Amino acid sequence: MINAILVFNNHGKPRLVRFYQHLAEEVQQQIIRETFHLVLKRDDHICNFLECGSLFGGSDYKLIYRHYATLYFVFCVDSSESELGILDLIQVFVETLDKCFENVCELDLIFHMDKVHHILQEVVIGGMVLETNMNEIVAQVEAQSKLEKAEGGLSAAPSRAVSAVKNINLPEIPRNINIGDINIKVPNLSQFM
Amino acid sequence: ADLRGPTSRQPVRRTAQAPARTPGPGRGGGGGGGGGDGMRGLAVFISDIRNCKSKEAEIKRINKELANIRSKFKGDKALDGYSKKKYVCKLLFIFLLGHDIDFGHMEAVNLLSSNRYTEKQIGYLFISVLVNSNSELIRLINNAIKNDLASRNPTFMGLALHCIANVGSREMAEAFAGEIPKILVAGDTMDSVKQSAALCLLRLYRTSPDLVPMGDWTSRVVHLLNDQHLGVVTAATSLITTLAQKNPEEFKTSVSLAVSRLSRIVTSASTDLQDYTYYFVPAPWLSVKLLRLLQCYPPPEDPAVRGRLTECLETILNKAQEPPKSKKVQHSNAKNAVLFEAISLIIHHDSEPNLLVRACNQLGQFLQHRETNLRYLALESMCTLASSEFSHEAVKTHIETVINALKTERDVSVRQRAVDLLYAMCDRSNAQQIVAEMLNYLETADYSIREEIVLKVAILAEKYAVDYTWYVDTILNLIRIAGDYVSEEVWYRVIQIVINRDDVQGYAAKTVFEALQAPACHENLVKVGGYILGEFGNLIAGDPRSSPLIQFNLLHSKFHLCSVPTRALLLSTYIKFVNLFPEIKTTIQDVLRSDSQLKNADVELQQRAVEYLRLSTIASTDILATVLEEMPPFPERESSILAKLKKKKGPGTVTDLEEIKKERSSDMNGSAEPTSVNSTPSPSADLLGLGAAPLTNSAPPPSSSGSLLVDVFSDSASAVAPLAPGSDDNFARFVCKNNGVLFENQLLQIGLKSEFRQNLGRMFIFYGNKTSTQFLNFTPTQFLCLNLQTKPVDPTVDGGAQVQQVVNIECVSDFMEAPILNIQFRYGGTFQNLSVKLPITLNKFFQPTEMSSQDFFQRWKQLSNPKQEVQNIFKAKHPMDAEITKAKIIGFGSALLEEVDPNPANFVGAGIIHTKTTQIGCLLRLEPNLQAQMYRLTLRTSKEAVSQRLCELLSEQF
Repeated sequence: MINAILVFNNHGKPRLVRFYQHLAEEVQQQIIRETFHLVLKRDDHICNFLECGSLFGGSDYKLIYRHYATLYFVFCVDSSESELGILDLIQVFVETLDKCFENVCELDLIFHMDKVHHILQEVVIGGMVLETNMNEIVAQVEAQSKLEKAEGGLSAAPSRAVSAVKNINLPEIPRNINIGDINIKVPNLSQFM
Repeated sequence: ADLRGPTSRQPVRRTAQAPARTPGPGRGGGGGGGGGDGMRGLAVFISDIRNCKSKEAEIKRINKELANIRSKFKGDKALDGYSKKKYVCKLLFIFLLGHDIDFGHMEAVNLLSSNRYTEKQIGYLFISVLVNSNSELIRLINNAIKNDLASRNPTFMGLALHCIANVGSREMAEAFAGEIPKILVAGDTMDSVKQSAALCLLRLYRTSPDLVPMGDWTSRVVHLLNDQHLGVVTAATSLITTLAQKNPEEFKTSVSLAVSRLSRIVTSASTDLQDYTYYFVPAPWLSVKLLRLLQCYPPPEDPAVRGRLTECLETILNKAQEPPKSKKVQHSNAKNAVLFEAISLIIHHDSEPNLLVRACNQLGQFLQHRETNLRYLALESMCTLASSEFSHEAVKTHIETVINALKTERDVSVRQRAVDLLYAMCDRSNAQQIVAEMLNYLETADYSIREEIVLKVAILAEKYAVDYTWYVDTILNLIRIAGDYVSEEVWYRVIQIVINRDDVQGYAAKTVFEALQAPACHENLVKVGGYILGEFGNLIAGDPRSSPLIQFNLLHSKFHLCSVPTRALLLSTYIKFVNLFPEIKTTIQDVLRSDSQLKNADVELQQRAVEYLRLSTIASTDILATVLEEMPPFPERESSILAKLKKKKGPGTVTDLEEIKKERSSDMNGSAEPTSVNSTPSPSADLLGLGAAPLTNSAPPPSSSGSLLVDVFSDSASAVAPLAPGSDDNFARFVCKNNGVLFENQLLQIGLKSEFRQNLGRMFIFYGNKTSTQFLNFTPTQFLCLNLQTKPVDPTVDGGAQVQQVVNIECVSDFMEAPILNIQFRYGGTFQNLSVKLPITLNKFFQPTEMSSQDFFQRWKQLSNPKQEVQNIFKAKHPMDAEITKAKIIGFGSALLEEVDPNPANFVGAGIIHTKTTQIGCLLRLEPNLQAQMYRLTLRTSKEAVSQRLCELLSEQF
């Protein structure tokens, strides 16, 4: 079983957190921090598996991770999972993200957290692998998008307009955010530490 | 300030491991447009957070947003679905940043009850990520799920099933465990829904196996292994694997189906399975799952099935030798995932020597592979292979490679696996080489694995010692190289072995004597040296280079650098020397007589000095020889080091742990600890009446007289002392309260403070030393029947001081017996051992439940099965005061329900007992009869044992 799926960037900032085991919020945060420290100090050419000690309250668990450009994808699994299988699963997940977001980057994960969750949901539910066939996963995600668009087209427009009007009075909104396009050009976007 | 900084914009897919791929054509217009209605407010909020220059600013911005959302949710104006969705998304983002979210659940439930897909989707997501055990909410969620499951809309059904699988709570199992198997096996269910349903059922079975009854559906689930859709087969295989582990008979037919499915995959051309072919490997994930399923069973009995499986496994092994169809790491990963699983199955069956040897050779190739992952997995698999009689020899041929891995691997996880494998492949033929290599490695090993290596070396050296001189050398080397990591178990063990084996005693004495010559030696060496020379120093005293005086001076030169326990041990060595070497008696007496000994601030040292001096002065040679006789052999027992390693390597089962605990404590107190068994006379023994029987550790165990003073010489000193007198009364007082004094005698006071919430509790135990003298070796031990976690306390308790111990308690299931707290310590020269019951009783895990009269009696009637009710009629032991009675019922933990019982003189209460696995509703009714000075107490719960126990506990209170 997969106990947790954690995605964080090179600075340890979580980008996707999914626990499949009920844990208190503080415990989750501690696990994220410790996992990051465990993974960060390993260089890129050593093995992708490591024992995580008592992080999850037992020695049966392993962290299986891959490091992509700016992000670490870490799956914490018990001994019933195949290590190499999970490594492939991470790849399937990332390739799926890449297809759904067309060349996915860290920003996509930040601004489309909900969608990332929905995609993950087509791969893993309740810590169990639902589907490994990428075409099938992408088809499900596309079907979702269609449904969303159908609904959005009919009735979301008025509410969107309303909220846009409401937002006009909020002074802190930078004017040059172009939401329709993912290339958000905010000049002062600081490095997110 | 640079957007293209190290964060964000790099395409994720470029692995750090692999060279960057050609950058894509750039981001298409709406690529990440998400739902098409990209929520502007959300994007603005996220940008704001990203712009925050400091943590404080971020928190401020988040708090502002939380306040905003809260007011929006509470506001009078009804929010439309879009706004709710936006706010729920914001909450999810805030949660991701590490902030607790304690509201919004209700809005999420509204969303998931909506008929609009986008709202439903986000509502379910919120609930799945931020489950709340709020039962009212779960009821609403369950309602929505029920509607969605009945909707026959596959998308909605999918969302509902995902939610059940993600939350997997008991309430959900109660509501849906009957329904989901029907969906799973119904002929008209869509494939994607079947997949979700299979996993959903698996999750519910994992969390609440008792609520998932086997039935007609099981045989139909097995036939899903033949399904057209490989996704369905994969999900079904996961489900069947877990079910088959618990109900092997029920799912036996899955074996032949799994074998034929596997065979079809393995022999297919890579194009046959189209979408499920992953980088030229046909359905790797399903193959792995099928091979796992087969590991739940022994080799198939039917020769045809067996032959077909062997053929599959051979094909998989053959394919490993074929040139790769792709250079991509994904190809080799997928191929090898199947291969490793096939090897696991071969090892599991352990029946085909041919396959085992092939598996071993394959792993041997991987040991030298350039991929670290494969080397790691090969070492791990070989460990299990080493224990098979067919392949043990084959594994051994790889010893050089493994030793090399230990020396050259850059990754500590891999080195750790190499140590494990060396340990597993060790036998009489290669023990010397392996132990030598491990010792070598120990000099530079990572601190994190040193202790484990020390234990392994100690075990191997003992297990495979033909020549015990080698064993002694090895252990002394261990102490020299990694003295800090040599635990007590290890050096106790070397002493036990030396004492039990005549042939090695002279060598041991000579070797420790030589080792002690080093200018700086580890304290553990001083302990071993002191003990062994005290027993066998005479064997080397003939050599003028190690004459009695030289031995003594050598030991005494270390004395002042050592800790108190070691000095105490050395004092015992000195008195043993008085017996062994009468010629240095006066030298030793001078040392004992010196102020630094006789007036030592440490009471243990002072007492030893006084008593040993006295003993050496007044006792005749004969008496000295009897009292200070050589130690008798230790009884043979399983190595305590092995137990320690087991403990270190994994949680194991509860019984295992218990055993280890027992073993450890008996070893520490029973025999190997020199100070307690050697020659420290107890002050209660008559020092001057030395003509009595020799004091050895073979004295009969004390009768359980209930005395607090347990004979220090007894082997069973660590046995739990009988319960201290009066502790039962105290125990009863704690049933209805949580704080107070649990135990008190002339020496020690034990106070308690505790709090309980649902099935968890925390207890602070305060141990007060009422005397002006230190308690040494202070060891409180809780004997468990619950899941207790304690932190060890400092072994020294100063006079007048109080130490505190925290016990974390988890109630796993309902229980009868209270845990026992056993406390052992040394006060002055005497060993104290006492036990009290810890007042952790079932009722502590009560949560009061308020309910109306109507509800109460309705539930009361529902629990009318005779087994659910327990009644007790008893005489009042205390004055029958209504107010005190009320307070006691509340203290007991249940709610006191007023105006429920038609007779106002009666008391009724209700509550829920929380355990980890279940919750048990409890109703109680207490009817006083003032004239007869009697009570009638009735308990009704869904579980007989619980009714019984609660009735017992509460009856004692009035």
